[in-house]
Amino acid sequence: MAEPLLRVDNLVRRYGGITATDNLSMEVVPGELHAIIGPNGAGKTTLISQLTGQVMPNSGTIYFAGRDVTSLPSYKRSRLGLARSFQITSLLKDFSAIDNVALAAQAHDGHSFRFWGNARKERQLREVARAALERVGLGKRADIVVSQLSHGEQRELELAVALATKPQLLLLDEPMAGLGVTESARMVALLKELRKEVTIVLVEHDMEAVFALADRITVLVYGRVIACGVPDAIRKDEEVKRAYLGEQHAVTRHD
Amino acid sequence: MMPKLNASNAVAALLCIALVLLPVYSAITGNIFILTLFTRIAIYALAAASLNLIMGYGGMMSFGHAAYLGIGGYAVGILAAEGIGSGFIQWPVALAVSALFALLIGALSLRTRGVYFIMITLAFAQMAYYVASALSRYGGDDGLTVYKRSDFAGLINLSDRTQFYYLCLGCLFGGLYLIWRIVNSRFGLVVQGVRSNEQRMQAIGFHANRYRLVCFVIAGTICGLAGALLANNTDFVSPAVMYWTRSGDLMVMVILGGMGSLFGPVVGAIVYLLLEELLSQFTEYSGLILGPVLLLIVLFARGGIMGLLGRMSRG
Repeated sequence: MAEPLLRVDNLVRRYGGITATDNLSMEVVPGELHAIIGPNGAGKTTLISQLTGQVMPNSGTIYFAGRDVTSLPSYKRSRLGLARSFQITSLLKDFSAIDNVALAAQAHDGHSFRFWGNARKERQLREVARAALERVGLGKRADIVVSQLSHGEQRELELAVALATKPQLLLLDEPMAGLGVTESARMVALLKELRKEVTIVLVEHDMEAVFALADRITVLVYGRVIACGVPDAIRKDEEVKRAYLGEQHAVTRHD
Repeated sequence: MMPKLNASNAVAALLCIALVLLPVYSAITGNIFILTLFTRIAIYALAAASLNLIMGYGGMMSFGHAAYLGIGGYAVGILAAEGIGSGFIQWPVALAVSALFALLIGALSLRTRGVYFIMITLAFAQMAYYVASALSRYGGDDGLTVYKRSDFAGLINLSDRTQFYYLCLGCLFGGLYLIWRIVNSRFGLVVQGVRSNEQRMQAIGFHANRYRLVCFVIAGTICGLAGALLANNTDFVSPAVMYWTRSGDLMVMVILGGMGSLFGPVVGAIVYLLLEELLSQFTEYSGLILGPVLLLIVLFARGGIMGLLGRMSRG
């Protein structure tokens, strides 16, 4: 197996008495689409937030591209090529779609202590932004203010923003959340395209999508990895079945 | 983007023309009072515009912005009292000290958000107020008279009413142009992005606080310039210009005119100071009228007067 792009060693994060991430270790190899699934409250979003640096772990180590990034703030990780989309859409609501994406491109084009020139007229930033919007199918909606976009379009915009940072690793936190059937299908088609270019970690509840897309799947229950493998193996795994049949107590008790 | 012809832009343009022509009107009618009143308005408009940069565009609710009026003013006053009358020294010092003060309190207060940020900026401004009150060598509580206005080696005579008015107006227009450039620059977009969604900006790779701090310093420096003008205008500087109610006045001007609108603070300063002036002729409780006006604006016209005009022109 190739050198992992992302490696997590013995990660622990507690909130009061609750252990949201419980001695978790995993690896993501370059080029794969690695899905993370698990019942509600399994600590999936907490894990993603630790990977991107919004939440700091109590202990454990995170390596990204061979480098220990555990204590790096999120803006520095983003510069290293780690991008995320948010489960609950998190955009600049009062900015236009293209401004959202252009800012992401700007963030990766040196510092932004430029006080004079009109940033909206910088062709190179606008072109990167426009390309990312085209990519996700929002080319015609570039000048619309985010708050006027539909929920589905906002989800696509989340992706465009992440893409504009030219990531090595894309962490997608439930990109299908709240999407209708046709919108979901569009998103799956889009992810199928994107996975050819960038390594993806996908957190998703939509099992159909996960099994259609993933190279490997990690299953979390109560902050712990209970299984990790190719989709077929996961489908057959007894422990996973139990977790998804609602017998989570059995899973947590036995170890 | 080309400025579009709508009600708010038309008002802004007419306002600029009226302000430029005001001394002509004053000379023809012999109405000197209006010229001195609008000199004061121009200075406060500059201060309010600088507050708008951090409050409207940056989302930083500073409740201590009047501190820079005092700092800029005292820099001029103290240097004048010590025999340094040249504006070429006084004004750069006023700007530098204001910038330094902004850097100091910004570095500390920007660690907090929301109500705590409001309180900490208020606290710093009150500290500046008490420090000034304790400067017994420079008048303490009673303030400091500036016997001679800043001297610019004959380039411009600040004691000439018309020249001084145009200087203030020039500083106001210059300040607005600077803010306009900043707001649309890479830097300005980052600052506005952080106002809109800080977490998102961090996630795409911006160190949010660094940009907020620089913005805070720019705003403080511009307001320091307004302070230097104000000391020359009143020939006097006292701790009272830094009192928290003065910071409140500046906030009211910004909100009244329209937060996050370039000309909003100018409109706000004009309306606020004119109303204050007019009402003071009928009653000493001008706040009784001003208060409800502000209440109505906040309740029914979130974007202030400029926002209202914008909505009217959109129909």
